[in-house]
Amino acid sequence: MSSVRVLVGTRKGAFILEADGKRHDWTVNGPHFGGWEIYHLKGSPVDQNRIYASQSSSWFGQVVQRSDDGGKTWEPVDNRFIYNGATGTHRWYDGTPHPWEFARVWHFEPSLDDADVVYAGVEDAALFRSDDGGRSWRELAGLRQHRSADSWQPGAGGMCLHTIIVDPKNHNRIFTAISAAGAFRSEDTGATWRPINHGLRSEGIPQAEAEVGHCVHRIAMHPRDPNVLFMQKHWDVMRSDDGGESWREVSGNLPTDFGFPIDVHAHEPHTIYVVPIKSDSEHYPPEGKLRVYRSRTGGDEWEPLTDGLPQRDCYVNVLRDAMAVDSLDECGVYFGTTGGQVYVSPDSGDHWRPIVRDLPSVLSVEVQTLP
Amino acid sequence: MIRVVLPAHLRTLARVASEVNLDLDGEVTQRALFDALESRYPMLRGTMRDHVTKQRRAYVRFFACERDLSHDGPDAPLPELVVRGREPFLVVGAMSGG
Repeated sequence: MSSVRVLVGTRKGAFILEADGKRHDWTVNGPHFGGWEIYHLKGSPVDQNRIYASQSSSWFGQVVQRSDDGGKTWEPVDNRFIYNGATGTHRWYDGTPHPWEFARVWHFEPSLDDADVVYAGVEDAALFRSDDGGRSWRELAGLRQHRSADSWQPGAGGMCLHTIIVDPKNHNRIFTAISAAGAFRSEDTGATWRPINHGLRSEGIPQAEAEVGHCVHRIAMHPRDPNVLFMQKHWDVMRSDDGGESWREVSGNLPTDFGFPIDVHAHEPHTIYVVPIKSDSEHYPPEGKLRVYRSRTGGDEWEPLTDGLPQRDCYVNVLRDAMAVDSLDECGVYFGTTGGQVYVSPDSGDHWRPIVRDLPSVLSVEVQTLP
Repeated sequence: MIRVVLPAHLRTLARVASEVNLDLDGEVTQRALFDALESRYPMLRGTMRDHVTKQRRAYVRFFACERDLSHDGPDAPLPELVVRGREPFLVVGAMSGG
């Protein structure tokens, strides 16, 4: 019988939650790396026992951990993220030039065809790649050296490269997103990049429809339909049907179009999920009701999913990397909150239940569907 | 023999239970100490000082003999009591919440 392994990164360690395909009875393992911020863990789709974890702290910096046994044991690998070539400057919060400084790894994206190849999205925004299972890293500097980079500014959480998507039908094509620079696409495995933000409109920047400067929070894609992209922007839920060449707003009837995560159903390429958040300064659900919204039409028309979720006095947030889906026949949907709850819906969002309620603040959630 | 006491998180990372003992040749300085420490425990590279500049991380402090050595130069000699192993060299995470 298939099973699932949920990889949860929190402010104070990593947790691994496991269940069989019913997703009813769970075991909770952790904390791993207790006391450290675990921004993200992700398993290789080629070898599901291979997991990469980003471990960091303000005191001791960045550590990269790798497991080859599904998270039972871990080995620290290389943590040298050295920018390639001239470091240059980006724009600081006050508008002055600020040198690029590595802070942490926000996101790992293991290759679709080689367990030893993994991409890392970091703060200050840059993309790194390892070809040896994390034992060494090199920057794909074409992104950071894009002609617009000196105008990029950090979002409130830092200038982070948080989204990396490799096109499953064309591995040379990679999408990334940076807060607050926008979305970018490479057609040559990360060597060169161009912004793909046409159609985005952000009132918080001087030129609302600028080529760069948009605070993209998350992009999601269904592997069967890689030209269709869904985006949760700072404000606005957006959709592209041409691989990012153009975007249109699909916020529709959402109670608010601010939010962080967005994800796609495992088997229905046009069924998508968001968690509306009240506003950019009020990072909690409107009316104190934690509601996932589902669209079965790829946007515009949304329905609230509430069964099993708190519908009063709930003021948690769901961060950009804290939602995931499994690929069991009945798609499971998962998300974690800043209040330490991890919820699962084993039926595409119709019904929810907490797997755990009292973890440290959740930074990321990933799911592995195991044979 | 130099005795080095690491903070708990770095002891866990390096998989050491207590003090680390180092034998150093030549003049005993912070640079020599950290070069030897990182050579024996490569997973500690970058956690106490920068990979490239070798500057101390902002929230890491170095104490010995009831003195704060954090602002001493990397090539300044360490106190004689540390060199003789009578006093440990303490790597400390700066006190703060979080």
